[in-house]
Amino acid sequence: MLEIKDLHVKVAGKEILKGIDLSINAGEVHAVMGPNGSGKTTLAQVLAGRVTYEVTGGRARFEGKDLLAMKPEDRAREGVFMAFQYPVEIPGVSNAYFLKAALNAIRKYHGREEIDAMDFVSLVQDKAKLLGLDETFMKRGLNEGFSGGEKKKNEVFQMAVLEPKLCVLDETDSGLDIDALRVVANGINAMRSPTRAMLVVTHYQRLLDYVIPDFVHVLVDGKIVKSGDADLARNLEKHGYGWILEETPRPPQAARA
Amino acid sequence: MVSKSVLQEQMAKQEYKYGFVSDLDEDTAPKGLNEDIVRLISRKKNEPEWFLEWRLRAYRHWLTMKEPKWSNVTYPPINYQDIIYYAAPKPKKPVNSLEDVDPEIRNLYAKLGIPLQEQERLAGVAVDAVLDSVSVATTFKDRLAELGIIFCSFSEAVQEHPDLVRKYLGTVVPFNDNFFAGLNSAVFSDGSFAYVPPGVRCPMELSTYFRINAQDTGQFERTLIIADEGAYVSYLEGCTAPIRDTNQLHAAVVELIALDNAEIKYSTIQNWYPGDKNGKGGIYNFVTKRGKALGANSKVSWTQVETGSAITWKYPSCILQGDNSVGEFYSVALVNNYQQADTGTKMLHIGKNTRSTIISKGISAGYGRNTYRGRVQIHKGATNSRNYSQCDSLLIGSTCAAFTFPDIQVQEPTAQMEHEASTSKIGEEQLFYCQARGITPEDATNMIVNGFCKQVFLKLPMEFAVEAQKLIGVSLNLEGTVG
Repeated sequence: MLEIKDLHVKVAGKEILKGIDLSINAGEVHAVMGPNGSGKTTLAQVLAGRVTYEVTGGRARFEGKDLLAMKPEDRAREGVFMAFQYPVEIPGVSNAYFLKAALNAIRKYHGREEIDAMDFVSLVQDKAKLLGLDETFMKRGLNEGFSGGEKKKNEVFQMAVLEPKLCVLDETDSGLDIDALRVVANGINAMRSPTRAMLVVTHYQRLLDYVIPDFVHVLVDGKIVKSGDADLARNLEKHGYGWILEETPRPPQAARA
Repeated sequence: MVSKSVLQEQMAKQEYKYGFVSDLDEDTAPKGLNEDIVRLISRKKNEPEWFLEWRLRAYRHWLTMKEPKWSNVTYPPINYQDIIYYAAPKPKKPVNSLEDVDPEIRNLYAKLGIPLQEQERLAGVAVDAVLDSVSVATTFKDRLAELGIIFCSFSEAVQEHPDLVRKYLGTVVPFNDNFFAGLNSAVFSDGSFAYVPPGVRCPMELSTYFRINAQDTGQFERTLIIADEGAYVSYLEGCTAPIRDTNQLHAAVVELIALDNAEIKYSTIQNWYPGDKNGKGGIYNFVTKRGKALGANSKVSWTQVETGSAITWKYPSCILQGDNSVGEFYSVALVNNYQQADTGTKMLHIGKNTRSTIISKGISAGYGRNTYRGRVQIHKGATNSRNYSQCDSLLIGSTCAAFTFPDIQVQEPTAQMEHEASTSKIGEEQLFYCQARGITPEDATNMIVNGFCKQVFLKLPMEFAVEAQKLIGVSLNLEGTVG
C-alpha cells in the first residue's frame, strides 16, 4: 500500500530524514519508534503533505500513485489520514460541521453524493460510542478548549468516521492518562482490518502494549537503524535507545560541530 | 501545494456582482453646495417651512465645522463642491401604486434580488427601496397600516405625519453632532421612516434597500424609527452601488427611539462597492447611527455586517437613558485589498441597572486596515450598570492590519465592566489541518472565517444570516462553499 524509497527531507534548511526505506502492506500495523529529534514527526507530516517539509530526494508511492506529487487534501481524499500530535483549534466551527465537510469532500472526490443528514447523525453516534464521547461533543467548536486527552480522542474519532486506508498516528499516546490511553487504543484496534494499514509513530512503548504492531522500526537520526517485531519495542522499553545507538555507528555528518 | 501567496492572490481577485449601472433618466441638481441647493432640495420635496429652517440652520452650522481627522483612515481631501446633492429618477407618470413603478427600476431591484412586486414577496419582509436620493417604492404598506404601523419613505412621512417627524427628528443625532451628520441634515433627500404604535409587535421584518446608481452623486439618507411603549420592531438595511473609478460619498444618519418596554433591533448588511483590487474607486461610507433607549426597560440592538465600501466610518451607538434599558452591538467588519474600516460603538449608560454588550469581529485580508473603536461610559447615577465587551481580530496573510481602541470611562463605583480582546491569524497550521482532512485551503479559510463570525451571524434574522455567510465568502473571493 505504501512504498517509501530513500526519502530525504529538509526542514528549515536542515536535513532531518536521511534516506528512509519503508514498505507497508494492507492489513499491517507498523510502529516507528525513536528518541526525541530522530525525525518521527517529520516522517508523519511529510506523508500528509506539510509544505514546510521539503522533500530533497527519494519517493513515496501510495497504492502505486506518487504520493509526494499530490496536494495534502488529495492525499486525504485518496485515503491517507494523519492523527496529529497537536490538533489545532478552530473556534466557532463545530466538530459535527467540520467532520461533515471533510466526509463530503472525500465523497465528492470519489464521485459520490453528499451524505444524508440522518445517515451522518447515526454514523457519528456509532463511532462516538466507540470512544466514549457524548452528544454535546459534536456541537462544541473543533477542539475548542478541549483537554489534551479529548483532542487525541477526537483525532481517533475522526479517523473512525472517515475510514481511511492508511492511518498515520503521530504520538497519539502522548499526554494521555492510562484510562484515556485504553480508550484511544481500543478505538485504534477497532479499525484494524485486512484492507487497512497503520503507521504508529511513538516515543514510548506503552501504546504498543495495547496496539500490538506487526513490525517495529527504530528511527535514529533520520534513518531506520533496526527493524523487528513487537519484541523489539519491549526491548527498547527495558533497555532504552542506548544499546541500539551503540550497535549502530553514527554517520559522521550527524556529529555535532 | 498551496502556499500562502497563492491564497492571498486568490483573495485579491475582486468579484463584485452588484457593480452594474442602470440607464435611468434622472433629475439632478447642479454640482456643489450652497443655501440655494438646500432650498432646492426642500422645494423638490415640498417641505413645510419649519423643515427648511431646520435644514438651513444645519447648513449654516456645518459651514463652521471641520471634517474629523481623528479616525484611523486616510483618503485624499473631499471636494464638497464637486458632488451632486440631489439625483432622482424621473417618474414617467405619478406613482400611485407599485405597479406604476418604472419597469427599468423594477428590473434594477429584481437584478439585486429585491422583488418590489408584493406577490413575489421576500419571506415576510416589507421593503422600502431607496434609489440615489429618493425612495422609489415601499411594499406591504397596507398590511402594516392595519396594525397602525407606519412604514414609508422619509419624504412621505414629512407630508403625512409631520407631527411625529417634528417631535423626534434630531433628538438622537442633532445637526451639530458631527461634520457628516451636519451635512446630512442640510441635504438629505430621503430615507425610511417607521413608527410602531404602543403594544404592537411588528409581524414582519422592515427593510430598506439602498442603491446608489447615478455618477458623482452623494447619497445622504436619513432613517428615523420610533418604537412606542411596549412595541417591537426588527429592521434591516442592505446597500449596493455600481462599480465606478471615482469615490462616492455616502453620509447617512439613523436615529432610533425606544420608549418604555419597547425594543428595536436594527441589522445592516453593508455591501457598497469596495473599490478594485488596487484600491481605485469605492464608496466612502461615513455614517452616524444612534439609538436612544429612552424608556424604562427598553432595548436597542445593532447588528452589522460590513463588507463593502472603500472606507467605513461608523459607530452605531446606544444612549441607555431609561432605567433597566439594554444596548447591544454585534459587528462583523471585513476589509480586503485596500479597504479601510474604522468602526465600533458607544454605549452611554445613564439610567440605573442598564446593561450593554459589545461583540466585535474584525477580519483583515490583503492590504486592508481594520480598526475597532469603542467607548463605554458609565455616568454617575447609573448604578449597578454592566458592560461586557469582546473585540476579536482575525488576520489573513501578512500585509493587513488590525487595531483596537477601547475607551472605558466609569463614574459609578457599582458598575461592572468586562473587556476581552484577542487577535489571531489564520495560520498555516489550521489550513494544513483542514487539508489533511480533505478540505481545500479556500473552503478551510471560509469555514474558519465563518466560525469566527458565528456569534454575530446568530443575531441576524435567519434569511439574512445565510446571505451574510455567502457575502463573507464572496468578499474574500474564495471559491466554493462548504457544507
